[in-house]
Amino acid sequence: MKAFAPRSLDEAMVRLTEDPDLRLLAGCTDLMVGEPEDRLGLPGVLDLRGLSELRRIEWHDDALEIGAVTPFSQIRDSPEVQKSFPALAEAASKIGGWQIQNRASLGGNMANASPAGDSLPVLLVLEAQVVLVGPEGTRTVPYREFHLGYRQTALGPGEIIGWVRLPKPPENAMQFFRKVGAREAQAISKVVVALLADVSDGRVSEYRLAAGSVAEVPLRLTEVEKAMVGRAAKAEIANLAGHLAAQAVRPIDDVRSTAEYRRFALEQVVRRMTLQLVRRVPE
Amino acid sequence: MKFELVVNGNPVLIEGNPMDRLLDALRDKLDLMGTKEGCGEGECGACTVLMNGEPVLSCLLPLIQCEAAEIETVEGVATGEASAFLERFVSDGGVQCGACTPGIIVTAWALLRDNPHPTRQEVQAALAGNLCRCTGYEGIHRALGRGAADE
Repeated sequence: MKAFAPRSLDEAMVRLTEDPDLRLLAGCTDLMVGEPEDRLGLPGVLDLRGLSELRRIEWHDDALEIGAVTPFSQIRDSPEVQKSFPALAEAASKIGGWQIQNRASLGGNMANASPAGDSLPVLLVLEAQVVLVGPEGTRTVPYREFHLGYRQTALGPGEIIGWVRLPKPPENAMQFFRKVGAREAQAISKVVVALLADVSDGRVSEYRLAAGSVAEVPLRLTEVEKAMVGRAAKAEIANLAGHLAAQAVRPIDDVRSTAEYRRFALEQVVRRMTLQLVRRVPE
Repeated sequence: MKFELVVNGNPVLIEGNPMDRLLDALRDKLDLMGTKEGCGEGECGACTVLMNGEPVLSCLLPLIQCEAAEIETVEGVATGEASAFLERFVSDGGVQCGACTPGIIVTAWALLRDNPHPTRQEVQAALAGNLCRCTGYEGIHRALGRGAADE
């Protein structure tokens, strides 16, 4: 098996251009779980973890850039992330346990394109942009257009996920993240929810809601968003938000949960988040 | 391919497939049997080792990503500064069937080394990725609650 661990993005691009069949490696917390033949029989691997360009957290213009292989433990502990993107800091602290957080990354979550990826609903509500590095240079795709279907992405041949750009969120907007699993940590989600919302002059002025494990891909629940924006910020709207969210998804029965439970859990989580949003509004 | 790494302070050369698991290399090639395979899919934490000081799961770690790394296994932890903690771990009832013990010791020591007096919440967060099938968490928490060294 061919194996490369380049030290610069340029070197990685040269390798990948010569050999487009190389499997890209990030934290390997998904790849290593499969059958041994799946990993031992690969034609070749290209380890991205040594690329400093892909392992950083820094402001660039009005967006925070997070390298694709930056481990979640670094995202979890980053003062920049905690201050401006608390939902992402919270998600990073709830993905797997400490050991997984030391390895797993946003790039891996995005490339793996599972419906249950815990960071993905957060990227949706933060309106993340994904910067893809290819032989011809970089191109930027909204994350919402990157995750195309069940384990399908817009990553082209010869391309690497470089980093995400998180635009500065609206000042004072509240952010929520909640995952519902069999246990608090280290469980694949039954339902995972992110909300970024704001209230001004007593009305909901911003409401971005996304959920994972409730359809083939993590979804922005636009029906709920449209119904919420402009409403008077009163406790009653929480029930409506939960109800509409449950209507908006297409969960399935599988080994981790049932469609019925997922709908129920989503309804309750959205209701509670909305209630928290409303209650923090000064009278 | 050959990979050079440092295991418990000793430089070693491991020959294998770049996608072989560190767990298998430790047990089969270096005869370090302390690191256990529990689930083999990153759920249980039994195979935890320290890589450059950070706890990671050796069942999910391919050799190519271990090149030039410093690895510390439970054998390394047990012969180092952790001895007071280990004695207390036993006397406080931290060990029941023993399946999870090596992983818990490694993760716990990674916590205590940086944070000698963790709160219960910090202990819970640190050990979230280590399952005890006997559900013997009380004894484990008791031992960690008393800190890194006997004082």
